[in-house]
Amino acid sequence: MTQFWKSGNPFVWLTGAALAASVLMIVGLVLLILFKGLSQFWPSTLAELHLQDGSKVMGEIWDREEIPDAEPGADNASQYRLRLKVANRDLYSLDFRWIDESDIQQRLSPPPAIAIERQEWGNFYGYFVGLKKDGETVAADLVDGWPTIEASLDEMRKLRERIKEIEKSDIGDINHDLERLRLGLRKITLASDTTTAETRQLIADKRAQMADLQAEYLDKEKALADFYGSSRKIVLSMVSVDGHTIDIPVYDIVRIWKPNELSVFGKCGIYLDKLWEFVTGEPRESNTEGGIFPAIFGTVMLVIIMSIAVVPLGVLAAVYLREYARQGVWVRAIRIAVNNLAGVPSIVYGVFGLGFFIYGLGGTLDQLFFSEALPTPTFGTGGIFWASLTLALLTVPVVIVATEEGLAAVPREIREGSLALSATKFETLWRVVLPSAMPGILTGLILAVARAAGEVAPLMITGVVKLAPALPLDGTFPFLHLERKFMHLGFHIYDVGFQSPNVEAAIPMVYSTTLLLLVIVVFLNLFAIYVRNRLREKLAYSAF
Amino acid sequence: MMPDSVTHDYTGPDARPGQKAAPKPAAESVHSQSQNQPGAKPEGQSITIPDPVVQVEDWFFSYGGDWVLKEINLEIARKEVTAFIGPSGCGKSTLLRCFNRLNDLIDGARHQGRIVADGTDIYGPDLDVTELRKRVGMVFQKSNPFPKTIYENIAYGPRILGLRDRSRLDEIVEKSLKDAALWDEVKDRLETSALGLSGGQQQRLCIARTIAVEPEVVLMDEPCSALDPIATAKIEELILELKKDYTIVIVTHNMQQAARISDYTAYLWLGQLIEFDETDLIFTNPKQKLTEDYITGRFG
Repeated sequence: MTQFWKSGNPFVWLTGAALAASVLMIVGLVLLILFKGLSQFWPSTLAELHLQDGSKVMGEIWDREEIPDAEPGADNASQYRLRLKVANRDLYSLDFRWIDESDIQQRLSPPPAIAIERQEWGNFYGYFVGLKKDGETVAADLVDGWPTIEASLDEMRKLRERIKEIEKSDIGDINHDLERLRLGLRKITLASDTTTAETRQLIADKRAQMADLQAEYLDKEKALADFYGSSRKIVLSMVSVDGHTIDIPVYDIVRIWKPNELSVFGKCGIYLDKLWEFVTGEPRESNTEGGIFPAIFGTVMLVIIMSIAVVPLGVLAAVYLREYARQGVWVRAIRIAVNNLAGVPSIVYGVFGLGFFIYGLGGTLDQLFFSEALPTPTFGTGGIFWASLTLALLTVPVVIVATEEGLAAVPREIREGSLALSATKFETLWRVVLPSAMPGILTGLILAVARAAGEVAPLMITGVVKLAPALPLDGTFPFLHLERKFMHLGFHIYDVGFQSPNVEAAIPMVYSTTLLLLVIVVFLNLFAIYVRNRLREKLAYSAF
Repeated sequence: MMPDSVTHDYTGPDARPGQKAAPKPAAESVHSQSQNQPGAKPEGQSITIPDPVVQVEDWFFSYGGDWVLKEINLEIARKEVTAFIGPSGCGKSTLLRCFNRLNDLIDGARHQGRIVADGTDIYGPDLDVTELRKRVGMVFQKSNPFPKTIYENIAYGPRILGLRDRSRLDEIVEKSLKDAALWDEVKDRLETSALGLSGGQQQRLCIARTIAVEPEVVLMDEPCSALDPIATAKIEELILELKKDYTIVIVTHNMQQAARISDYTAYLWLGQLIEFDETDLIFTNPKQKLTEDYITGRFG
């Protein structure tokens, strides 16, 4: 027995088991997220169930489970129930329904069943009645009418783009100009004596310009009202499986498909279309549907601004610590402090960011440069810039430690070689040591990115929002709007999964968003690792 | 512990132009002079050299604790090869690194005495260290090419000195590599990483890099200790070639090497200069028992 322990075999098994357990947990988690995240876009067949009591339900079967509280021995067989996504939120108010299998009399998958994804109220599952234009039926048969339906869908899609253009660009521009004029006016009244003729003239000018813009605005609004009016003219009459007839304006339809008639290729097409919408579209229905592009954009931009801030800060600090500071008790104390900073809970950084960056720096900036907009804060409220700086603060210890290690790994011979060629200490650092330490610096950046991309808590008090009206980067001058609030994938997961009014319907969205966040973090890391490996190849110290 | 900047009575190289042509007979006579004071300083048997480039006068050096160099007096002959030999830890590398003040980097280093190069006290208060290092180049024990291209390695020194003209840099790179007998091997891959070269090539690259700034003195700290015999032979050949233009000071563990390539040899032991003489005399007729023991392999 002693021999057995001495041989070390149990320890080998123990270490192997620990590794296997870790790997299994991670692989399991990733597989679960992959499966759940990717399967939600698949257009599954619609089942029509005839129940014992004569009623009918239709929906996608999502789940089948043993009824937990089934009376033991009642039937001598386990009882199962189905979770059915019945959709039609406007009719049933709930998306899901549990059906006991024992209640089911008949199961069908009728070919004419239609699934419609709507801008509002989620999906609709039912049967086609007719397509009506201005109250007149133009198509009553599904097979013959399908091209007409598709044509009107196209027409409405174009209309939607027009409306969006007017709302976003035209009216958006007018609002932007109006706001600028209003602030300018306020600045004048705040700064100068309003009784002089000059100032009065200036004010009158501004007022006139504003009036012009107001008129233009009203014009646009009228045009918009017309468009909205025409958007209601084509409606799709549908009937649900239990007999409710409902008119859906074609304008509100995102996509329409016949799940029980689709071939595999057709399903793949819809799958890819949905996936594409998810990645590039904007959220709908309080984030539970549609896409998450603003959140992707916000996350990536946050990480980029964070990197731009953290790398110079961390690298310079590390260079001082390692190269210039006299090594001693103080430097050691600072090093310990830096290492410990990495362990401070992230919410503490968030609170610090709120107090120091937002209220302190932002408030001062507002006083100095944006006083005309007060009391509405410009930089004195959460925004992507402050959130990025907070994350930079959170990750700077990682960069310092990694850079210090990189600097320490540069061989002394290399430094001496440079010094012996009459380079000064600074020239040696700048031309030889820092380039050689680049892989170490990039390792620090990789770790910082990995940590920052997954951080949510500090963002919640420094500028992340559930739904941002505009991206922090757009076509309006000055293009980069660092003061804007932003959306973030991590916060999106929390918000959709736990704060949305329809949590059950949002669960697939949580998985997909998690998957996307993972993909983005992996992608950012892979990119940094690729750059680092390229550098390593260039810098590799060959042995003799 | 800075030495007083005493004005020295050294007359400078221009005062005695004819001396260099025949160093050996002159040195021989000087050698007999030093024998005139036997016993006065038995561990400091030294000769004086006509027209020296570097003069070390009563040099003491310490890294912070005890003196690791004690009362060193020697002179480095112009455009000759001077070898420092001695057992490990005897201070020969430390002495070499005093010549370009590379020991300055170490916290707590202190010294006493003077080292004079071409009339300038190199530890004097007004001395510009980078200027000194421009004139005194160094090749290290472990070849240390920068992680850059071959071209950039050679151009590094001239660039540091402010040279920007590309065609001039091209000339310097070519000339230095030719002088270091490396041009034919690397001329087609100047833009590839210097780290892809073999050990011997890397060491010759380091020599080329050193002579690219045209120093007066080249210090070599065991340049062949990590190389195989063939690469070593090439470097030795190169050293003999470089001797025409440069003063070379080489630290070596290899006594055959010292005998093959050097004109003067200094034997150091425990931080003291035991004997400094012409190489032929050191190896055939050492004056000190300690030197004899070392070169005959009885210890060390």
